[in-house]
Amino acid sequence: MSATSSTIVNLPDQKTATIPKKNYITAEDGLLSWLLTGDHKRIAMLYLISITFFFFIGGAFAGLIRLELLTPQADLVASDTYNKLFTMHGIIMVFLFLVPSVPATIGNFVIPIMIGAKDLAFPKVNLLSWYLYMVGGLFTLAALVLGGVDTGWTFTTPLSTHYLNTHVVTAGLGVFIIGFSSIFTGLNFIVTIHRMRAPGMTWFRMPLFVWSNYAASIMMVLGTPVLAITLVLVVLERTIHIGVFDPTLGGDPLLFQHLFWFYSHPAVYIMILPGMGVISEIISTFSRKRVFGYSAVAFSSVAIAIFGFFVWAHHMFIMGISNYSALVFSLLTMLVAVPSAIKIFNWSFTMQKGSVTFETPMIYAFGFLGLFTIGGMTGVFLGALGMDIHLTETYFIVAHFHFVMVGGMLMAFLAGVHFWWPKMTGRMYPESLSKLAAVTTFIGFNLTFLPQFILGYLGMPRRYHSYPAEFQVLNVLSTAGATVLGIGYMLPMIYLAWSLKYGAVAGNNPWQATGLEWQIQSPPLTENFIETPVIDYEAYDYEWLAHKTEQEVTTVG
Amino acid sequence: MDNAIAVAPDTHAEDHHHAALPQLRHHFETEEQQREAGTFGMWLFLLTEIMFFGGMFFAYLLYRNWYYDAFVVASNQLSIPLGGTNTAVLITSGFFMALGVWAAEVRKKGLLVLFLVLTIAFGAVFLGIKYVEYHEKWEKHHVPGASYDIKEFVNPHAYGLNEKPLPPDMAQKTQIFFSLYFAMTGMHALHMIIGIGLLFWLLARAQRGDFSSGYVAPIENFGLYWHFVDIVWLFLFPLLYLINRHPV
Repeated sequence: MSATSSTIVNLPDQKTATIPKKNYITAEDGLLSWLLTGDHKRIAMLYLISITFFFFIGGAFAGLIRLELLTPQADLVASDTYNKLFTMHGIIMVFLFLVPSVPATIGNFVIPIMIGAKDLAFPKVNLLSWYLYMVGGLFTLAALVLGGVDTGWTFTTPLSTHYLNTHVVTAGLGVFIIGFSSIFTGLNFIVTIHRMRAPGMTWFRMPLFVWSNYAASIMMVLGTPVLAITLVLVVLERTIHIGVFDPTLGGDPLLFQHLFWFYSHPAVYIMILPGMGVISEIISTFSRKRVFGYSAVAFSSVAIAIFGFFVWAHHMFIMGISNYSALVFSLLTMLVAVPSAIKIFNWSFTMQKGSVTFETPMIYAFGFLGLFTIGGMTGVFLGALGMDIHLTETYFIVAHFHFVMVGGMLMAFLAGVHFWWPKMTGRMYPESLSKLAAVTTFIGFNLTFLPQFILGYLGMPRRYHSYPAEFQVLNVLSTAGATVLGIGYMLPMIYLAWSLKYGAVAGNNPWQATGLEWQIQSPPLTENFIETPVIDYEAYDYEWLAHKTEQEVTTVG
Repeated sequence: MDNAIAVAPDTHAEDHHHAALPQLRHHFETEEQQREAGTFGMWLFLLTEIMFFGGMFFAYLLYRNWYYDAFVVASNQLSIPLGGTNTAVLITSGFFMALGVWAAEVRKKGLLVLFLVLTIAFGAVFLGIKYVEYHEKWEKHHVPGASYDIKEFVNPHAYGLNEKPLPPDMAQKTQIFFSLYFAMTGMHALHMIIGIGLLFWLLARAQRGDFSSGYVAPIENFGLYWHFVDIVWLFLFPLLYLINRHPV
């Protein structure tokens, strides 16, 4: 860490600083100008508001689940209600929060700017994807209001097709529709990244955030349609009784598992890859160094996308797949750890001898590094066949994927929201309060989920609403942690809303970062750039930044 | 290849006739870039469609290997004359679509409208014949569900079928075949219906003269979609209708 300065934040003089009068927010007025917009930045804000809404609904269910598990007896909710709680928690958090979280909000906002484009290639498709998201979300809420669904988020057959009388069809259609929103986002990103880059913006000059979203988009485009057809077949099986997965007709429920996880395992990487992109940007900016091994980090994203498609059967080790295929899938699962580790090591080396400062996004990024590493390592445990048989369907699994999804992805999402908040809104969030929130989240998270590893190892199964009395101490710890975690998530919600009006004016480049998005005004103009930028420098080139005055791109008041 | 698109604006400054086109959307530098982005997007979308149908083709592969006898007998229940006619009808529809793209490229509005109408007409004939086939399956109780009947497969000679009798548990598996038949051809038909809806929209725009001045991207990209739907059928027809047509 630099001895002379503990922060890189460089704000304009607050007495004279103003938000530029002309920007994408003030460009047009009225609700319709937002609901019919083609501007990627406005659509990103629509997404940000909607996914925050669904996050808090999903979070409320998590709170109820943890409250029920405070005591060994079933005293808060009935077992059926408990099943519905964890199902809705899963569906909302996976499909309505995690999958679109970083790509549809931050990605939508900054990817076109990062590559020097005026917008995504298909603005109308982008807007359509938000509407599909909302319609899918409404279906999910309808399933909830009408009485819920209790299949678990995995829609496992034949439970979902034959044995339940809940709103599987409504929820299934909801997920089907949200899937198309995700497909269209991915498609838009891929075409934009291929065809819309500014002059001089070669593939290896792109920020790593763009690379990782590109890799995630490939998975969205190739994986999601398989989920779509699987859900169609489930819905058809429930409604008109065709028999593709029905064992009484000779159908194979395991086929459902294969098709479902062919999407849903890559979906894990769809969720985490954009988060990894956020971390690359932040670590580089707050270390004042180019990301160590830029091309290794870029290719590791693509490698994760490729390997990610060939590991799905590790969800079926106990379901009677052949031992030989279990062996192969176990090996492939462990291989995914390699590109993930490449990223972690490269980020660590980026910080080595860098001028590390500890602004809020960096604190979240540190949280990500530690928690994702634990989540990833426990994934290797679960990829090992013997361990998997002991640990599968226990709280160990629950803790593992929450470390990756919440400890990894949610930390990355919050890191990114803080990092780009000055660009999105033109104002800073309150620094010390946000540091407190970041630390609170980290502590709350560990208190919630570390005990669950032990619970799972001791044999507490997931998806039960009561448990033997000897597990109570660890469960109480976990519930207490969830409360702290809840506060950690409420805080940003409140102070970010506060900062919209009262935050300090951020100026164009509060972090003194190199990305193209930091060279334009905050909040940006509707078409981002006054004139198309010409790129003749590498990403994260902090020397170039020092000479930037010669090639100032744009500032308009 | 990609860098060729991301050229600096000043190198294209002389191409004023490009930028003058009203169809050029504000966020593209050149019409060339816009056209390539559109086509690329359509190809990617077709890739997602391959994955979508791929799930069902995978299920087909699995069950055909497991229940081959049931699949053969059930497949023989499908009508080759109707299926064959439909194949020809659909290829003809695709042919007119291709002519439509050509007509748009040579800026002949009347021809374009004519070819789009013919594309729609042949598409509608396909769906009509498909309806006849579905109706026949309904009457013979070959639609999966409560009214499904395996008697013809257990005792084919009593119903005048020249087939090997199947034991009841294998005969039950014919229901899997028909489940896949309806799921696959149903999804294909749904794509046709959506396609015909889009064709009517393109027809209205063609009549308005939108594609008479060299702007052909929507026609071209829709053509890709329509041919994709044709190609799906060219896989469905042999896989569903022609499994093993040798008499016993």
